[in-house]
Amino acid sequence: MTQAINHLEMAGITKRFPGVLANDDVTIEVQAGEVLALLGENGAGKTTLMNVLYGLYQPDSGEIRINKKPVHITSPRQAIELGIGMVHQHFMLVPTLTVAENVALGLVTSAPVLDLKVVSKKITEISSSYGLAVNPEAYVWQLSVGEQQRVEIVKAIFLGASLLVLDEPTAVLTPQEAAELLNLLKRMAEQGRPIVFISHKLNEVMAVSQRVTVLRDGRVVASVKTEDTSAQELARLMVGREMTPRRREGEARPGRTVLELRNVQAANDKGSLALRGISLEVRASEVLGIAGVSGNGQRELAEAISGLRKVTDGQVFIGEREVTNRTPDKMIASGLGYIPEDRLHVGTISSFAVWENLVLKDHHRRPYARSIFLQNGPIRSATASLVGSYGVKTPTLDTPTGRLSGGNIQRLILAREISRSPSVLLAAYPSRGLDVGATEYVHTKLLEARKTGTGVLLISEDLEEILNLSDRVAVLYEGKIMKTLPVSEANERILGLLMAGVA
Amino acid sequence: MEHIIQQGLLVGVLATGVRLATPFLLAALGEMFAQRSGVFNLGIEGIMMMGAFFGFLVTFFTGNPYFGLGSSLIVGFLMGLLMALVSVTLKAEQGISGIGLYMFGWGLSGLLFRLYVGGITSIPGLGPLHLPVLSDIPHIGSILFNHNWIVYLAYLLVPVAWFVLFKTPWGLRVRAVGTTPEAADTLGVSVNAVRYQALIVGGVLAGLAGAYLTIGQANMYADNITAGRGFIAVALVYFGRWNPWGILAGSLLFSMADSFQLWVQVMGITFPYELAVVLPYVTTILALAVSVGRVWTPAALGRPFDRGSRG
Repeated sequence: MTQAINHLEMAGITKRFPGVLANDDVTIEVQAGEVLALLGENGAGKTTLMNVLYGLYQPDSGEIRINKKPVHITSPRQAIELGIGMVHQHFMLVPTLTVAENVALGLVTSAPVLDLKVVSKKITEISSSYGLAVNPEAYVWQLSVGEQQRVEIVKAIFLGASLLVLDEPTAVLTPQEAAELLNLLKRMAEQGRPIVFISHKLNEVMAVSQRVTVLRDGRVVASVKTEDTSAQELARLMVGREMTPRRREGEARPGRTVLELRNVQAANDKGSLALRGISLEVRASEVLGIAGVSGNGQRELAEAISGLRKVTDGQVFIGEREVTNRTPDKMIASGLGYIPEDRLHVGTISSFAVWENLVLKDHHRRPYARSIFLQNGPIRSATASLVGSYGVKTPTLDTPTGRLSGGNIQRLILAREISRSPSVLLAAYPSRGLDVGATEYVHTKLLEARKTGTGVLLISEDLEEILNLSDRVAVLYEGKIMKTLPVSEANERILGLLMAGVA
Repeated sequence: MEHIIQQGLLVGVLATGVRLATPFLLAALGEMFAQRSGVFNLGIEGIMMMGAFFGFLVTFFTGNPYFGLGSSLIVGFLMGLLMALVSVTLKAEQGISGIGLYMFGWGLSGLLFRLYVGGITSIPGLGPLHLPVLSDIPHIGSILFNHNWIVYLAYLLVPVAWFVLFKTPWGLRVRAVGTTPEAADTLGVSVNAVRYQALIVGGVLAGLAGAYLTIGQANMYADNITAGRGFIAVALVYFGRWNPWGILAGSLLFSMADSFQLWVQVMGITFPYELAVVLPYVTTILALAVSVGRVWTPAALGRPFDRGSRG
């Protein structure tokens, strides 16, 4: 067993990647019994710093000290032996193995035969002493995201972690699950563990931490005691300017119905029913928010509407026309705009140039094409003006889209979809993974579309986003709409309960 | 009278089938470990050729088939190591490097054969090992218990491979790095080391499969003696869904069909032999087509691991 970590210091860490200075002289410090929050936007260098701590990356300069003694961490194995446990943002679990097997994978053993019984027993002990319900015999692919996260924490403790690092742990949880997790972290800190909590959610940071270190562009911009600061101040430090959340303005004046689903059913990739009779209606000039923990049919819903997934029962109407199971091309022609969940692989062809992606939906129509030829002149001038008006930061029109940042790819997609003036705009997780600035832009554009008469269907698991933008909110749970309510009657608590299936 | 011939034919077909399954079993079980760890080794055929040739060559010079066998294992080890170097360390496209390994094995064994041997020459092989009592059981005895010991070893390896894959820490690591190498990496498992080991196990077993063809079955060497068996072994891994028992079923299905067509030719039964010859292949294709469907595959198969590429 390793000795307990009472004090951890990362001093002057610098880490360069080709063309990027990910960490620039970063110093953080955490002690037993406290939660240190590491706050910063995407790309601020939080994850890089933690990967340095976990031995996945080697720093170009700087030093790590545990209990005041310098250590060299060159591999995850060594980090584990030193008592560092990490819950990664993307779970590091093998889906085809059981919980016990996933844990056993980290054990150093000379035994020729696996003894999963012993492993299972110890997992059960840990899970009962921390109140982390996990079933050691379950396969990971069967588990919900929340359960997988518990497995990650149990795994870290099992492997002897004294210090726990959690990278954006609440991103995938319902509000209730998130609150439970924050309580657990507080309890664990009180028991004398140092905890590093990485997040960009200010309210969570305020709720759980004793100290906050704010990173921006790879540099520490502030290290403060949580009690001496406020959410507003932290936001300003994190973004570098004052922020005001975008909200819809004015009462909804919904017009005619632009999208209607009647009792729609569809299967997921595994063939089981993912949409169990969805009925909903989106009117012109309104935003209908679909709240819910992802994996409850959101992907299938978006794909069924956009013509990418077969509707097995029920009907889809765009405007007056029935378009059930028509091809995506027909959906587009009927007036559907689509901002897909996976912007890099579905929303764009990442190896295509910026201009190619911008004309993808209209490349075969005038003025972009005449007979069988693309018209370079009109294409160039039209795409150049789109890039300008939507502020897509790209070196040239010919740059491969995949080289742009997530925020700029999303701007490109918004430019393509909104400039076509769709009657209905389907936006799936439009701000997922974007930083505060890019998110703000996406929200502005969606609200502009609403203002000009487009009906927006917004699928999101970010309740703040849902509540700020939507006129009405529907909650999706296990392939069904639990309830649809006007936003004036919704709040985080009510939605959270509905998202957990509690009516 | 006809009854006796029919019965004799059945025993003959089954006994030959049991024997013919040996090289497929050995090569496919080895390939299963490589693929489970995430590396697609299409070079099995080349390794088998090298194993077959060196087994033959060393036996030819020493007169001792066991020396031959040992050299086949060593050659298999080295070929597996070569594949690992190219596809794991250098991260070459696995399909292409596998084909390269095949061409290399074929070319080198053919060249050395022409240089050092030249013509068809027979060598002392491994005789059948009659298991006492068991081999005397009528019919069953001659079907199951009248083979040389590599055959028994191949069948014994089926449960052994299953146990290793599902019940040992090493097997767990192999399954993990072939599915989610990133997760294994964060737990301190060296993804590349496990893939090296799995490829070497695959190489050694393919070398043994090759040795069986020369030392255990034909007692001679001819160019292209493996005749595509290595590729069929790769197909059998898919057919068997990366599971030793499935691989056993696939190997037997194929070898029984093969045995049947051999006996049809030998017995001069009035059955168009052209049809008979394609039978094993048609059976395999049909079985693959019917069974594959929504099959599970090791998720990281064919994807070199690069820690820097994480998000």
